[in-house]
Amino acid sequence: MKEQTGRIRLSMPLRYTINLALTAALWAVPYALIRAGAITSYWEGVMVTVGINVILAVSLNVATGYLGQLPLGHAGFMAVGAYTGGIFMKATPLAALLRAKNTAAALPYVVAALLLSGIVAGIFGLIIGIPALRLRGDYLAIITLGFGEIIRVVLTNVDSLLGFKFTYGAAGLKQVPKISGFTTVYVCVALTCLVIHMVMKSRHGRAILSIRENEIAAESVGINTTYYKVTAFVLSAFFAGVAGCLYGGYLGSLFPATFKFMKSIEILVMVVLGGMGSMLGSVLAATVLTVTNELLRSVGDLRMVFYALLLIVMMIFRPKGLMGTYDFSMSRLLEKGLNRLARRGGKEAAGNE
Amino acid sequence: MSDIFSQIVNALQLGSIYALVALGYSMVYGIILLLNFAHGDIIMVGAYVTFFAVVNFHLHPLLSMLLAVLVSMLLGVIIEKVAYTPLRSAPRLSLLITAIGVSFLLENGAQLVFGADTKSMTRTPLIPGSVTLFGANVTLAAVYTIVMAILSMAALTFLVQRTKLGKAMRAVSEDMQAAQLMGISLNRTISFTFAVGSALAGIGAVLHIGSYYQASPMMGSMLGLKAFVAAVLGGIGSIPGAMLGGFAIGVIETLVIVAGLSTWKDGVVFAILIVVLLVKPTGILGHPVTEKV
Repeated sequence: MKEQTGRIRLSMPLRYTINLALTAALWAVPYALIRAGAITSYWEGVMVTVGINVILAVSLNVATGYLGQLPLGHAGFMAVGAYTGGIFMKATPLAALLRAKNTAAALPYVVAALLLSGIVAGIFGLIIGIPALRLRGDYLAIITLGFGEIIRVVLTNVDSLLGFKFTYGAAGLKQVPKISGFTTVYVCVALTCLVIHMVMKSRHGRAILSIRENEIAAESVGINTTYYKVTAFVLSAFFAGVAGCLYGGYLGSLFPATFKFMKSIEILVMVVLGGMGSMLGSVLAATVLTVTNELLRSVGDLRMVFYALLLIVMMIFRPKGLMGTYDFSMSRLLEKGLNRLARRGGKEAAGNE
Repeated sequence: MSDIFSQIVNALQLGSIYALVALGYSMVYGIILLLNFAHGDIIMVGAYVTFFAVVNFHLHPLLSMLLAVLVSMLLGVIIEKVAYTPLRSAPRLSLLITAIGVSFLLENGAQLVFGADTKSMTRTPLIPGSVTLFGANVTLAAVYTIVMAILSMAALTFLVQRTKLGKAMRAVSEDMQAAQLMGISLNRTISFTFAVGSALAGIGAVLHIGSYYQASPMMGSMLGLKAFVAAVLGGIGSIPGAMLGGFAIGVIETLVIVAGLSTWKDGVVFAILIVVLLVKPTGILGHPVTEKV
């Protein structure tokens, strides 16, 4: 108690204000630099890719790090989102509005496309999650892997079944309106992190964590494990879908071959490297790996060998990942600093007497 | 009639290869509960060894085959020693991710060393010639594939059921701790399992390149995944199950191709996997496992 009374605690509204200010600053500085031309359009593209990968890694982290399962079909959900968003955006007058630089009129369509992509991917997550999550461990990995492959085969061949052009098969869905600028992606990243953070700090999030720690124990204290597993899985799929939509909106064209098993593994590497169960870890790893990828583009195949070695060495020597389950909190850091200052101030005051 | 017969041969030929590969998955899963993702890529390495031995070094086909099987076996044991042994007491998830890492390493390493292009040995086939059976033209490769697969499976069954090492393998997969207390060397038994499984993959590799003449860095990935589906279909951990599953997948794939839907064949195989997992997660011949607290 004595310890507690002397400590400085930041109030919740203050914490929110600090975080909001930081988030805004993190957007404003690069935005200003892009406007000023200090950041070239190539690096803006890299930043957009980083953002998309951050969303993918953070969302996979929900199912892998927090829930403790190993889905191997994240690229499948991304593909569902990408194609949903792409087909939807092509059906709307979005392209014409963007060409006319009518941002205000385009915005509702962009928001609708992102939400729709997330929802459709979430529905797929629900369809695959309900049966898959009844199975344990490896079987979940296999069933999601199978799902990812089926999605790809369906996207490639569905046109011949439908009799009209829908996904445009292996030739690719082209001329998707390019919605994914720096700001769009940044807002999506911030919202994804916010929503996942809030869910994980709520009692529902605690329930999800308890399933990771010990499923049988969680069940025995009355947690509806199936419900929470499916919820976490759908949440994960939803944001993968959003990331998919952004991906389509960045590249402008979509090919089923992009969403191969390798893509799922790439996202998994980010999560594992950052530390399963750490949002900061996922964000950092996604950023570092994406930028490294860009820098190593010239060495080509060697890059993938490096990826693979990294994964093995990491698992053998530091299976927790770089960050473990540590998560960063600005407010906590501030509190610590303030407390230290206060303590020093208190000592000096005591010495003066 | 002859058409039907030649399709049956096709199905059995494909099924034999899947069955041989599925056995390796099943044995490793049975003993350390690991989905050895790298298993499919051992086939890729085996196929490359065969290719280079025959085309570049002009070795006798039989010698090349032996070499391929030997290299595959060694590779399997090395992978186990280097990547899996340090993680034996680690969480299952770490082991699984390591296996994915090894698979990735082999695929991309092969791409780096051998190039991304497909190596084809149609001009110097491993097993040339064909015979006429029941009015159908059947390649000798198909005949050898089916015969070799059946012989290998018979040898494996003998090994597991009748020898001391086989007994040790069965004991370790039943209860690792109890087996250790009975004086069974865990390391030796597990390495032996990997050696046998990888040797079977090596035989599969030789038969695969003998039948379809091609080697490419990514060939193991889809082949391995489908063989794994075969193992799950038959009941993972069960040796007769893996054989049954392998032949079943071969038949199903051939049926899909005959129906003119060859672009859908991978999708159909995975759809079957999902249905099997939902209806009977333990597979056709698997035993149910109860989870203990």
